Amino acid sequence: MKDLSDLTLKKARAGLENKDFSAKELVSATLERIQKLDPKISAFLTVCAESALKQAAAADEMIARGKKLQALGGIPFSAKDVFSTRGIKTTAASKILENYIPVYDATAIKRLGAAGGILIGKTNHDAFGFGSSTENSDFQVTHNPWNRDKVPGGSSGGSAAAVASSLGFFSLAEDTGGSIRQPACFCGVTGLKVTYGRVSRYGVIAYGSSLDTIGLITQSVEDAALLLGIIAGQDPLDATTLPDPVPDYSQSLKQGASELKIGLPQEYFITGIDPEVKQSLDEAVKKFEELGAKIESVSLPHTPDAIPAYYLSGISEVSANLARYDGIRFGHSSSEARKLEDLYLESRAQGFGPEVKRRIMLGTYALSAGYYDAFYKKAQQVRHLIKQDFDRAFQKIDLLLAPVSPFPPFGIGEKAEDPLQMWLADIFTVTINPAGVPGLALPCGFTKNNLPIGLQLIGPQLSEPTLFRAGQAFQVATDWHQKKPNLE
Amino acid sequence: MELTIEEVKHVARLGRIGLTEKELEKFQNQLSSILDFVSQLQKVDTAKTKPLSQTTGLKNVWREDVVTPSLSQDEALQNAPEKFKGYFKTKATLK
Repeated sequence: MKDLSDLTLKKARAGLENKDFSAKELVSATLERIQKLDPKISAFLTVCAESALKQAAAADEMIARGKKLQALGGIPFSAKDVFSTRGIKTTAASKILENYIPVYDATAIKRLGAAGGILIGKTNHDAFGFGSSTENSDFQVTHNPWNRDKVPGGSSGGSAAAVASSLGFFSLAEDTGGSIRQPACFCGVTGLKVTYGRVSRYGVIAYGSSLDTIGLITQSVEDAALLLGIIAGQDPLDATTLPDPVPDYSQSLKQGASELKIGLPQEYFITGIDPEVKQSLDEAVKKFEELGAKIESVSLPHTPDAIPAYYLSGISEVSANLARYDGIRFGHSSSEARKLEDLYLESRAQGFGPEVKRRIMLGTYALSAGYYDAFYKKAQQVRHLIKQDFDRAFQKIDLLLAPVSPFPPFGIGEKAEDPLQMWLADIFTVTINPAGVPGLALPCGFTKNNLPIGLQLIGPQLSEPTLFRAGQAFQVATDWHQKKPNLE
Repeated sequence: MELTIEEVKHVARLGRIGLTEKELEKFQNQLSSILDFVSQLQKVDTAKTKPLSQTTGLKNVWREDVVTPSLSQDEALQNAPEKFKGYFKTKATLK
């Protein structure tokens, strides 16, 4: 078995097909690597060795019988711990679900499994997706594989750290306000946030239902295109999935960036952005110009209002969504409570961490009588203005290019005590979720201290083919996405 | 926007979260500073803007009203902290 960090998804699949190695060898090598390296980064909450090895044996049997290997046959992957996995503990990284074992699979998990993918484990994240550093997990702190004193980003920090460390070929994750793009950026990997409704949310533990999108953290744009083709599409179990047919995304990989009109939103290139981040972005813009793209400056005037509008929408939906944790049907239940109301109060007090409590209370406040118009309704109006900004921009240009984060990965503990500072870390990522548009985060450089820097491409609704087209052209012309952290 | 301790208590009660005295104080400060921050939205002119709460444009998505396979009673109860003869068991609602 080759060193896993030298393998790509494509090479692994070819290796299986050519019988260079078996699925059992591939999965065992991944599990061994997790055992050896994960203690250094703590990316995984659960490792499902037994079921993974069983599926690997089934894949090997298919190969032995001469059957055609499925698109992901024998390929190990991880999933953020918000995806319901039948028979495998699913915690949302919260104590309130510490012992929760779902009795059904999320649709995205089901589709990856049907394509032959092998789930090797569930990754750490900020509880319920509330955070930008994975420090809000109730169970463990995940370390950035490029520098273990730094955060991996969040909320999907475990997924990004796992992919960067070659612990599984990709990770299924979720982005409500940057939870895929920002950790992908901090860990130097590729992150896809899809158009709202493109991928089913069925079986995914909810954060903000009108903002949540299911996406991927991968080694490359090519892998993201392959995988989106598998998980995208309408689902009768999620009424918000779009009926639009799923295109063949692999076609867009060949088209190149020539003639694409790329806009630079001036509000994203503000003073205060880290000079090293700015420099890498400038170089990436030049690279796109070399590739034939036309660059122009555009304005999204409501960008500064996006953070409060996003958070007010998100937390209002949180207060409704998290009302289901009642200590009765599933999840943590206080053993001391005598009365029903005490059961609610105590179970939730014991099971929820401080950031979850803050968001529930703020959301409850924003929806409460007397404040609804000033907060929730106002946020939905501003959301409309944000959407109109994007609609106007996309009449002139094909894609926007912007930084993912204003600064490189920050230190563990650096922002943990100041919730508002943590919220502000999302300044460039939260803007697109209220508009429902997709984004693709790509590695585009390193700081002099060897910390990853990333850019994001943003397109109109259902523009994933254009994002892949530009992203693939960039990754063919650069090798940032192939750099690996040294964990040995 | 300074929240009073009473307001924090009220909103915690509405959200059914039990808080200790120490937490009340900590959250009073943190929630106040966050509300201050989000209040900047009041300055945005939205007089002519309708609220937008979703982006798909889909409405009234129906399916055939037929019974399809669903969880068994055992499966539905599998994660219940307390159950009794095939029911979820809960605490008394009255004294």
